[in-house]
Amino acid sequence: MYILKLLLRNAFRHKLRTSLTLLSITIAILSFGLLRTFINAWYGAADASSASRLVTRNAVSLIFTLPVSYKDKIRQIEGVKQVSWGNFFGGIYIDEKNFFANYAVDAKSYIELYPEYVLPPDQKEAFLRDRRGFFAGRKLVEKYHWKIGDIVTLKGTYLPGNWEFVLRGIYYGKNENADERVFFFHWDYLNEIMKMRRSGFADQVGFYMVGVTNPNRAAEVAQAIDKTFKNSLAETLTETEKAFVLSFISMSNAIIVAIQLVSFVVIVIIIAVTANTMAMTARERIGEYAIFKTLGYGGWRIAGMIIGESLLITMIGCLLGIALTPPATEAFRKYVGSYFTLFKVDMETIYMDIGASILVGLCAAIIPTWRAIRIRIADGLRRIG
Amino acid sequence: MNKSYHRGTHIIPVLVDITLDIVEGEFLALMGPSGSGKTTLLNMIAALDQVDNGTIRVGGIDITGLTESELAAWRSVNVGFIFQFYNLIPVLTAFENVELPLLLTGLSRRERREHVELALQIVNLTSRMDHYPAQLSGGEQQRVAIARAIVTDPTILVADEPTGDLDRVAAEEILELMDRLNRESHKTIIMVTHDPRAAKKARTIRYLDKGILNNVHPQAAP
Repeated sequence: MYILKLLLRNAFRHKLRTSLTLLSITIAILSFGLLRTFINAWYGAADASSASRLVTRNAVSLIFTLPVSYKDKIRQIEGVKQVSWGNFFGGIYIDEKNFFANYAVDAKSYIELYPEYVLPPDQKEAFLRDRRGFFAGRKLVEKYHWKIGDIVTLKGTYLPGNWEFVLRGIYYGKNENADERVFFFHWDYLNEIMKMRRSGFADQVGFYMVGVTNPNRAAEVAQAIDKTFKNSLAETLTETEKAFVLSFISMSNAIIVAIQLVSFVVIVIIIAVTANTMAMTARERIGEYAIFKTLGYGGWRIAGMIIGESLLITMIGCLLGIALTPPATEAFRKYVGSYFTLFKVDMETIYMDIGASILVGLCAAIIPTWRAIRIRIADGLRRIG
Repeated sequence: MNKSYHRGTHIIPVLVDITLDIVEGEFLALMGPSGSGKTTLLNMIAALDQVDNGTIRVGGIDITGLTESELAAWRSVNVGFIFQFYNLIPVLTAFENVELPLLLTGLSRRERREHVELALQIVNLTSRMDHYPAQLSGGEQQRVAIARAIVTDPTILVADEPTGDLDRVAAEEILELMDRLNRESHKTIIMVTHDPRAAKKARTIRYLDKGILNNVHPQAAP
């Protein structure tokens, strides 16, 4: 208690200097927390993916499609529990800036494969009955103020024209990782229009979602699927849903690496700022440390005082930074939240904040401690007066 | 014993063949001009600095053979320090400053409080125990420093110009207090001073000039 009191009083002996150091640490921890949250949000979709689902697509590229007839062959493969399929539609709602993912899916099987998307039974029935119906996530519906029964028009991209859909259901996520910003409509409806407008693209799917009976055998099942279609006109590439999502994320790898680097540079900066403060402090108090030594305080106790003060300052800054991170994240989410499934500070980020602060506190105290311990008492006392 | 400092390639002798016996309960004043080696000698006796060669025995213990940590432990038990500029910790109250040496002992909080209050009572400063050094006069700060020096009940008190920064009245009070500690508590006091009036309080006066110890003032010698 006595030592804590001494550390606190020492830490705030130069109020302006300590306040500015605290401000620097707080801002740095806030920046670090925001950058880590941003990186975590980027990987959020991968975290939300299920280990019991596989994605099968054309081995050449995602742009190329697969025949819908593959579904029956996939179903027959051992270890396969369910099969669903769909196409990325890429429709635009009013303006391109209103981006959200929209898919044509085989509705019944898709809903079964995604138990984390919870659709009320009556809405599910209404959606399945209506060929032009769609269901969308709660966040998306709230964003555009849609109501059940509203007609929503999407502008087709690779299938030109206006596509009208009727909102029949609103799903919500069973867990916080579930994406509530997706728009789903009937693949049958898309296929019907394809047959009329671009018959060459009819009966083609962009991807298969495959449910497996045993997640531990997912790799085996994936191999079996690809083997089935080996040397066919459209060879397949099957991977776990997580690997599929990560392959998308890896396209932005350079940006993520840059953000990670910046987040670590922030830590180096606060080490420099805090080290500067501690060096000034120790230099000013070298006489006092000599007095402590005179009274019988050994090197370890002197080290404890300097390291303790350094840690105290960094931990106060850290706590302030941690306290400010959630509101700052919330403000940030309003601008970028629509691009991410989950944009919130997780415990891992807070642990990293604390870990980084401890590291900064220790690193900043190394040189001042070394100097204070090594100073001869007679030399230290000479600096007083 | 001998002590010299190194300035680059130059070796400057500070203490030359010093032999000094101080009996228990002595009140010794070390006098001499600036740079004569008084403070260095005091630092050697109090184990704040090391000799080049020779030995220092205190109470039968050769302190020149002790390690840094052993010396720190030895100082905390055997020596109380009084400095010219008081050397109190500014962020601690008078009470807390006096308590500092006791934190190294195994005393309980209550026992420490009793010791601190007794020490402050001896220097007649109980009423100002919650004041910070900046709220005290020079004389009061020096009395706090004396309380800190005696709180562990050491056998030796070393004082380096204890009245050097005080006015005449305050200086007289401090000297009276030291005299009382010597007479009543039988503390061995070694005091470095420039001030002949301060030196008069001592039972013995030794003079240092250019690192050589004399029994009489060099200018008084035939």
